[in-house]
Amino acid sequence: MSQAASYPKQWKRPPQIIRDRRWRWAIQLAILAYLVMAFGSLEVSWSRVIDGLERGQRFVEGFLQPDFTSRWRDIQQGLIESLTMTLTATVVGVLVSVPIGIGAARNLVPRPVYMVCRSIIAVSRSLQEIIIAIFLVAMFGFGPFAGFITLAFASIGFLSKLLADDIEEIDESQAEAIRATGASWWQLLHYAVQPQVMPRLIGLSLYRLDINFRESAVIGIVGAGGIGATLNTAIDRYEYDSAGAILLIVIGIVMVVEYSSSYLRRFLQ
Amino acid sequence: MSHSTPSGNPEHYSQIWTFRTPRARLALWAGWLLLVALFVGCWHVMNANTMWVFVTDAPTQAADIGNRMFPPRLSYLPELMKPLWDTLNIATLGTLFGVILAVPVAFLAARNTTPSPLFVRPAALFIIVTSRSINSLIWALLLVAIIGPGILAGIIAIALRSIGFVAKLLYEAIEETEVSQVEAVAATGASRAQVLNYAIVPQVFPAFLGISVFRWDINIRESTILGLVGAGGIGLKLQSSINVLAWSQVATILLLILGTVVVSEWVSSRVRHAVI
Repeated sequence: MSQAASYPKQWKRPPQIIRDRRWRWAIQLAILAYLVMAFGSLEVSWSRVIDGLERGQRFVEGFLQPDFTSRWRDIQQGLIESLTMTLTATVVGVLVSVPIGIGAARNLVPRPVYMVCRSIIAVSRSLQEIIIAIFLVAMFGFGPFAGFITLAFASIGFLSKLLADDIEEIDESQAEAIRATGASWWQLLHYAVQPQVMPRLIGLSLYRLDINFRESAVIGIVGAGGIGATLNTAIDRYEYDSAGAILLIVIGIVMVVEYSSSYLRRFLQ
Repeated sequence: MSHSTPSGNPEHYSQIWTFRTPRARLALWAGWLLLVALFVGCWHVMNANTMWVFVTDAPTQAADIGNRMFPPRLSYLPELMKPLWDTLNIATLGTLFGVILAVPVAFLAARNTTPSPLFVRPAALFIIVTSRSINSLIWALLLVAIIGPGILAGIIAIALRSIGFVAKLLYEAIEETEVSQVEAVAATGASRAQVLNYAIVPQVFPAFLGISVFRWDINIRESTILGLVGAGGIGLKLQSSINVLAWSQVATILLLILGTVVVSEWVSSRVRHAVI
């Protein structure tokens, strides 16, 4: 009976992630100290922010009443550039990334080839699209061609990494069965590896198409063509209704591409 | 009919095994043809205004820029420490605000916790799609025009972009929670809020931490370039160095960005391993 009396009436949920009380305190203190320091070094001119609120209101109005017509020629030009850039960059990216992806799969190629292909992937993945775009615009001049190369280069890192990881995870018994028939390396690739990774490769390519369209809206800001350039111009001219129209079109296309690609992927698998 | 097999297979069946039926082969071939035609068409439209002189000139340009970038000007590093701190703040505070806003959106969007699947859920999903389809650089471009250049625009841009990402992954995690735990807690007479707190939150909490740290890692990458449109951080220095064609400073900045990204990736993978 005395034991029941000392038993707590209220149940408290035990901590989940960090069990040690001292660690919890230390981490909370560290977070608090960081926040104080971060907010302390924040330089915000609140008068400018308050001035901007009126402009923000105009932007929201522009977004709610988008103006598709007055800049339609520019928007159309930007959209065509973006869409063509997206498609060509994805196709070229897939074509180049298939051999690199195969070369970066440890179970198919000798070690030197593996190292070379993995380092190509690492270089392509470590740089932001926008930084690559800056350099390529400096090299190839303004316009969608630089954007096309940027997106293709970025696609290579993404697709070959995922393809290589996928090839490394294939069912070895199928490869062994094909090898036991005396198949050459190319036949092994065609009859054992390709059927196992093809559905995923198609899915990844469609996903990359989606990403490339979104990115094509961004790299225009640094001069690589596409709808991003049109958007940048519209915002620079303070034409928020045209900017709202462009953003709505981008959101609409992204949604269409996303839903149709997820539908296609389900259909193909 | 003398060749028909005992099982009654008609004669027009080919005796050689093929991977696909003739019709499937035809469809596949037509699909490839369509893709190639589309590619060639797009290529022509895209390159209608391309100046091929500049394209063929690219290797010399690349060599020139490469020469100017090397060696990187390391004496520029001390000047970069304050912008780097700003960049880290943009990413961290942006993630913090984004996560705070994303949690309610995720609970409203998940099929098993939304108050109304007909009205609230589509609205929450629309917020997620809008936030996801606009890149943080575009958010920053808008916010710099609205509230002026500076760190605040960067923080808000990162936060707005993070909402969609975190909310999408979190609502998928909420939808995958085990129903039996929810039923067990509800059977004790718990209210709706208590069910959320004791049955759903403990199940999604590790996933939530993992998603947040993952997004923080992505945000570090994205915040390094937000300065290009004036939203503060190390991107401002990058932009000004590019504008004066100081390529050796650009090289220094890129090395610093690369180092930061590698460190943040390491931290995020360590934390994710610890919690999941």
